[in-house]
Amino acid sequence: MSAAGLPWIALLLGIVATYFWRGLGVALARRMKAEGALIDWVGCVAYALLAGLIARMIILPVGPIADIPLTQRGIAVACGIAAYFISRKNILVGVLTGTAMVALLVTL
Amino acid sequence: MPDAPPEFPAAYSSVRAAAFGGMRDAIAAPSLVLGASYVGFGSLIRESGLGLGWGMASTFGAWALPGQIVALEMVMVGGSLAALFLAVAATNFRLLPMTVSLVPHLRAPGRPAWVYYLAAHLIAVTGWAMGMLRCPSLPPEQRLPYFAAASGTLWIASLAGTALGFLAAGSVPHVVSLALLFLNPLYFLLVFLGDLRQRWRPIALAIGFAMGPLMHLAEPSWGLVITGLVGGTAAFLLDRSLTALRGGR
Repeated sequence: MSAAGLPWIALLLGIVATYFWRGLGVALARRMKAEGALIDWVGCVAYALLAGLIARMIILPVGPIADIPLTQRGIAVACGIAAYFISRKNILVGVLTGTAMVALLVTL
Repeated sequence: MPDAPPEFPAAYSSVRAAAFGGMRDAIAAPSLVLGASYVGFGSLIRESGLGLGWGMASTFGAWALPGQIVALEMVMVGGSLAALFLAVAATNFRLLPMTVSLVPHLRAPGRPAWVYYLAAHLIAVTGWAMGMLRCPSLPPEQRLPYFAAASGTLWIASLAGTALGFLAAGSVPHVVSLALLFLNPLYFLLVFLGDLRQRWRPIALAIGFAMGPLMHLAEPSWGLVITGLVGGTAAFLLDRSLTALRGGR
């Protein structure tokens, strides 16, 4: 396959692999009510999966974040969470503190 | 700025007001943070030697950052297209339970089905969390406009961030793009820590957080799917048995 066309085919496959779940979700949701045990279970699955993804992104990241040592990532997250609660749940303060911590620790 | 106003309007005065409300809720912190995460993605695209068009098309068409990063990585290492498809599908599996749990809260009578298939493209973590928080208490006809406007605003911010990151890549130190990519998981974490009203949420989050990395080590490609299904089911059953123990419901 041509080297020039390959990234675009890869992109298209990535888009299909992404929308597939959204489209399937709408199809499955058609028969579902907003209240009930089934929807509660699906919510639990979504939350557990997202928590797992977040933990994986922080603890075992793929891509360039892996270059940041684990202890530095941990310190930055802890600072971000602390700043979030100290600022009475201000997300911007929490995120900026954690991000600034990462930049600082990596630079030092 | 607080992540969510302490008192939500139970209803907007009109469908249009609901859409403006969604836009307003998305514009400050959420757009800024998500846009900044995409600045990290945009600069990553530049470093990878791919074009701005590729990065913009990825954010426009996929709009699910973890999967976009996986796809980019696979293109860079030259993995097979089948492996790329499976890796992105496994990474984005979360969109299925997210969509199934949100769509019933967006429905209104008399709206054609294709509208939901279109709106589903806007389901991603930030907008989903906003929709799950606000839509159940809004009148049915205001729910989809609220969600679509909020998430659509975030989508535009993501596209702007991708372009900005690509164009500024040379002038931004590597450490800054690193920090910006790190912003995304931290932001998601804080969003979820901020909305733990129902008991099953902290249970599901704690189990998922513990299981995610372990399952990823055991089974890198499907670890997250296993985490969601097994961890989510465990959280569901635990919540049910706690309710039964207290003689509730």
